[in-house]
Amino acid sequence: MVNFLTFADAPGVMLENVSFSFSGAMLFSSLDFEIKGGQWTCLLGPSGCGKSTLLRLISGSLREGFSGTIRFGGVKETKGQTAWMAQKDLLLPWLTVLNNVLMGARLRGEVSGQRVETAISLLKAVGLGHCTNELPATLSGGMRQRVALVRTLMEDRPVILMDEPFSALDALTRIKLQNLAAELVQGATVLLVTHDPLEALRLGHRIYVMTGSPTRLGRVVLPPGQPPRNLDNPAISAMHARLLEQLVVTV
Amino acid sequence: MIFLRLSVISIGLILIWQVVVYLTGSPPYILPGPLPVAKALIAKWETLWFHAWITIAEIVAGLVIGSLLGAASALIMMASRSLKRWLLPVFVISQAVPVFALAPLLVLWLGYGMGSKITMAVLIIFFPVTAAFYDGLRRTEPEWLELGRVMNASPSAILYHVRIPAALPAFASGLRVATAVAPIGAIVGEWVGSSAGLGFYMLHANARMQTDLMFAALALLVTVALILYFLVDWMMKKIVYWQIEE
Repeated sequence: MVNFLTFADAPGVMLENVSFSFSGAMLFSSLDFEIKGGQWTCLLGPSGCGKSTLLRLISGSLREGFSGTIRFGGVKETKGQTAWMAQKDLLLPWLTVLNNVLMGARLRGEVSGQRVETAISLLKAVGLGHCTNELPATLSGGMRQRVALVRTLMEDRPVILMDEPFSALDALTRIKLQNLAAELVQGATVLLVTHDPLEALRLGHRIYVMTGSPTRLGRVVLPPGQPPRNLDNPAISAMHARLLEQLVVTV
Repeated sequence: MIFLRLSVISIGLILIWQVVVYLTGSPPYILPGPLPVAKALIAKWETLWFHAWITIAEIVAGLVIGSLLGAASALIMMASRSLKRWLLPVFVISQAVPVFALAPLLVLWLGYGMGSKITMAVLIIFFPVTAAFYDGLRRTEPEWLELGRVMNASPSAILYHVRIPAALPAFASGLRVATAVAPIGAIVGEWVGSSAGLGFYMLHANARMQTDLMFAALALLVTVALILYFLVDWMMKKIVYWQIEE
């Protein structure tokens, strides 16, 4: 267990009256949505329902066509609140693993001995202590995504936005990385979008299904127990069936 | 491996050359065989080498100045949209004017020395480098840029840490093309008016019907151009060290 990163009192995120249109089509219309602080919230939905767009609106990287208010623990300032982990690892091929992990600090000119130390111990914690000086091209897909996870953690932001970060991995690697992520980001506010109901059931404190056009959020699903969950619980299986049903209806 | 292939190709070409000379029975002042050319090369080695150095200096200076100017213009166009709108047409127009047509003017303005030849080489090199680098700068993976913005990076930090390194492979291919065409600029410049250089020496030999010397100068020029190309290629591979060879 790594304990040098603490996400104490991570704020929740409030979306109020959020509308977004893209080339004339209304993707969201007066959407209200609360993301609870310090928990994993999973958004489930088919491709093209606006899952990634919602993440981009929260991260502040998408502004055109957007109206409404997004508050982080009551503060209306997106800057410095979020870290982003995407489906692609987005490692820069010319930087070593260590420098990729330090990418944010390098970009802001904040590299320090202490940060380098934190980066190295985090890399060790995810089992990559031996390849800090390797180039990304030499790593496997699972290793690269672990580097991306550490880079996300190094940002030390209270809100972590995850855009299907595990979906390109094989089943076994995916489960390992999900466990690692659940362990390392404990206490942070996480918004994970995925199209895999089992992933949502493993990781989410709260699960929503996105439906319709303009997109609406379904009723919250609250799986029992603490994530990362084992999926052998019959209650979980029943929830899986219900979620699948909802998803099939929306397609 | 590459040297083996290169030697095989060279020997093959020389053999074909000899066969053509033998079959056509051309007199040596029209088409000398490989042997007389080799003899001329050895006999006039010092003179040829002197002229070769002048041409090498012109090409290298042209390459350095041309690629620096090219990189700078690509960065300027990247940094400012409004400047780009004014610069891009100027670059395109500059390429529409044939360099060969400019050569006499450049000699008139800059004289018989190296200046006019270097300028010719720069004019030829500049555009492929600018175009390739600018293209590379513009085509940065959009998600890298987005990640940088979520990380609160300033546009200049993103340019320096993400866009420029990401565009280096494109810059390298532009520079490779430029290196291949750079000798044209120097040689054309020397033809139009000069007192030294391989181009000058070839014209000089031509006027005296010393065809074997012309061929010797040509062989030297080809060798120099090839060495320069491989040198630049090797340097570029060092600079874009992360690119994996197919």
